[in-house]
Amino acid sequence: MEIRIRNRVIIIAVVLVLCILGIICYPANEQEIIGFPRTFQRLKENVRNRIRLGLDLSGGTHLVLQVQVEDAINVTVDLAQERLRDELHAKGIPASVEKKKENGRIFLLITGVPQDKTNDLQTLAAEQFPDWDLTRRAGDPLARELSLKASAAAAIRTQALEQSRNTIRNRIDQLGVTEPTIADYGGQTDYELVVQLPGVDDPSRVKDIIQSTAMLTLKIVQDGPYSSREAALAAHGGILPPDSELLPGRRETSGEGQGVEAWYLVSRIAAVTGRDLRDARPGPDENGRPSVNFNLTRDGAVRFGRVTGQNVGKQLAIILDNRVVSAPVIQSQITDSGRITGSFTPQQAADLALVLRSGALPASIKYLEERTVGPSLGADSIRHGVVASIVGLLAVMGFMFAYYRGAGINANLALILNMIMLVAVLGYFGAVLTLPGIAGVILTVGMGVDTNVLIFERIREELRLGKTVGAAVAGGFEHAFVTVIDTHVTTIVSALILFTFGTGPIRGFAVTLTIGLLANLFASVFVSRVLFDYVLAKRGKGEAISI
Amino acid sequence: MEFFHEPKIDWMGKKWYFIGLSLVLLVAGLVSIGLRRGLVYGIDFRGGTLVYVKFSRAPDLDAIRSELKRVNLGGATIQRYGPATDNEVIIGLDVGTTASTDALDAGKRAIVGALAGLYGAGPSGKVDFNNASSQTVAEHLVAADPLRLASKGSEEALRAYRELAATLVEFRNTPPHSGLLADFQELRSVPGVTSAVLEALQKDFYLSQYAVRNTEVVGPKVGGDLRRQALYVTLAGLAAMLVYIWFRFELIYGVAAVIAIFHDVLITLGIFTLLNKEISLTVIAALLTLVGYSMNDTIVVFDRVRENLRLGKRDNFVDLVNRSINQTLSRTILTSGLTFLAVLSLYLFGGEVIHGFALALVIGVIIGTYSSIAIASPILVFLYQRVGQNRIGVKPRVVERGAAGARG
Repeated sequence: MEIRIRNRVIIIAVVLVLCILGIICYPANEQEIIGFPRTFQRLKENVRNRIRLGLDLSGGTHLVLQVQVEDAINVTVDLAQERLRDELHAKGIPASVEKKKENGRIFLLITGVPQDKTNDLQTLAAEQFPDWDLTRRAGDPLARELSLKASAAAAIRTQALEQSRNTIRNRIDQLGVTEPTIADYGGQTDYELVVQLPGVDDPSRVKDIIQSTAMLTLKIVQDGPYSSREAALAAHGGILPPDSELLPGRRETSGEGQGVEAWYLVSRIAAVTGRDLRDARPGPDENGRPSVNFNLTRDGAVRFGRVTGQNVGKQLAIILDNRVVSAPVIQSQITDSGRITGSFTPQQAADLALVLRSGALPASIKYLEERTVGPSLGADSIRHGVVASIVGLLAVMGFMFAYYRGAGINANLALILNMIMLVAVLGYFGAVLTLPGIAGVILTVGMGVDTNVLIFERIREELRLGKTVGAAVAGGFEHAFVTVIDTHVTTIVSALILFTFGTGPIRGFAVTLTIGLLANLFASVFVSRVLFDYVLAKRGKGEAISI
Repeated sequence: MEFFHEPKIDWMGKKWYFIGLSLVLLVAGLVSIGLRRGLVYGIDFRGGTLVYVKFSRAPDLDAIRSELKRVNLGGATIQRYGPATDNEVIIGLDVGTTASTDALDAGKRAIVGALAGLYGAGPSGKVDFNNASSQTVAEHLVAADPLRLASKGSEEALRAYRELAATLVEFRNTPPHSGLLADFQELRSVPGVTSAVLEALQKDFYLSQYAVRNTEVVGPKVGGDLRRQALYVTLAGLAAMLVYIWFRFELIYGVAAVIAIFHDVLITLGIFTLLNKEISLTVIAALLTLVGYSMNDTIVVFDRVRENLRLGKRDNFVDLVNRSINQTLSRTILTSGLTFLAVLSLYLFGGEVIHGFALALVIGVIIGTYSSIAIASPILVFLYQRVGQNRIGVKPRVVERGAAGARG
């Protein structure tokens, strides 16, 4: 008996020490293994490092955004249209290809194929467009529809989501936000991301940076600028020359003005795109105005050199997200580097360099939700939570002592141990403490003592039946155990459902409640029993216990 | 101390009073929900914009209202919250107020812009200290170097100013200031602040009369998604409970418990509507906790019923349920009382952000305890008598862990 109690006391002591070390120790650097605090200042720092605070307590920004994956599908269909036209031309199949959108379905409509060439079209589609389905169009025996296979479309969407996630992570990392969270959100087909930025309490700049598609292309200007779209069209008799397109932009007038609206006729084919960039950095131009300097990859430089060499004296349009930001004249052949000027502020130039460095987004982004918690509100919430916890804990402990006397002390020790274990486990697993999480702690206090109450009431009953103290304690614990397991399982099940459903703050609640209840099983069943046994062993068999 | 000494209350004999009371509460709640054509949804479920603003002195709500009207935000709601001395206001916009083609945060920008227009945006080039982060404050201090630390090396200076900035911001954020300073002189009491520091701060910063403490913008899609999700998750919770009890007890126990919990959730929602309190995401979390808690309470009684059945005394089932409730009554009252104390402290001291959550728990603890005695037990008796006591009620084969030895 004595040895059994001693062994159990050792187990409890080990758990307690591990938990306390888990709370107060934090290795500050690689050399330190334990990071034991030697000063009070260090103790505070360690605890602060151990207990990670959620956005609602630390202050910060929470964004939910949706990647418009259909953009990526659109681009794929556009490219396929070009390729199909070329292939048809090469194979000598006369046909016209048109992009169509019907009932949310996007496809290429192929018309004008002569009867005897339909088999050729079939072969071409099977060979060159393995990810596509060629079907007859209802109501027109000669027209065909070429549409992306469902599996291929799904792969494109998933890839767009992944690429967006990586690009956004790149951009946020470069902004120097500490410990951001970027994760998938919502259902599989929602293509939503949640972005959490601790310490960022003005999200507008970050949002703009995340959102900018940053599609950079450099194209040769064929004609222009014109003052309006109509003027440009009129200059070419209403029809644009082949392989060219009209893009809006601004033309700088003399002086510092904002410039006037201008339309440029540029080549359809880009000399280089954002993918050819090796690096982009903000820096002043020759006039000392903010601009972005970029370097090209080896491949990009070769192409850029060829194109600029052939077009000396012409304008080069620098196009960002389908707008011409500037159109300098090519003075001589340029190979591996260049500069983007425009009327930027230093901040805009720095942000543009950042988004260019981090790569383009494959699809545009739509914000669905934005929450910002100011740091002072977080501090208020911490204070409220701590006060509520302490008041709740003291009220419960005072009551347990008044009602159960000696056994109440036992229950209160178990409760304190429960709290220590709860905080330690939070720290060890790097779980995040949120305001509802603090509520979970308080609820654990209330529900935790339930176990003790169940057991103590049972012991009282057994005593009333006239059992000896030892038998009553044993009977009380054993009888109550089944009930305790049932009550814990049901609550933990609901907490787990909350965890899978909820985000951020609510997850914090589910986590603390679950950990608290598990810790409670150890504290109120195991530890409490050992305390009883210890007291009983000290006192001798016949004496009554205080309960 | 002991509250109940072997009580012998005939609970089942009073079941019609309980059922009557529950029906009154249910009908009142449902009528109120019906009259409002639905629950009072918070911004999480409704979509829209909320801006929490704290003012350094009592704000003129009419002036704010007319300024908002001037910038075409006439539909905005302005509402004070928290203690009157805190001067805190929530400005809200419904999701329909801003056109769907606008950026998500158009409403928020407009509100913040209107406040700046009303209270002045501050001298140009200066930063608002009341809305500045510790990082910003540190940057300005390093640049101004009022403590002449640059001579000690830039690393050392950076560290020192970061610490000072953190202390300053913490001072600003902790009560009684809660994010708003009215005068730079207040900072004098902060350790490490000298006249030079104050001077440097005053040169770069100004103090606005309000601070935007919190903003929430929820798009219409998110609101609808969450509403659906909240319903599914509550139903999933109930289903999981039903399966667990079915597995541990018998189906009729599960059915009785789940009906009781359904009753709890409906009454809590009804009371929320009657009190005109909004249903937010955290309230749903509280409801799910209530599901777990109420189940907890019901299981304690049912466990006792099962145990008494197994003891094999051939008394009638109604007496047996009465006895089981009475045997566990002391525990039920005590536990509920203690949990109630805990959540009451949360309600009273937990702050504005968590008020709805705490209220749902306070109501839930009371209703959950009541229903396990007054609703779950009568339903169990009813089902037991209907479905047949010969077949269902106890599994004699199952030997419970630990129970066998103690019973001998």
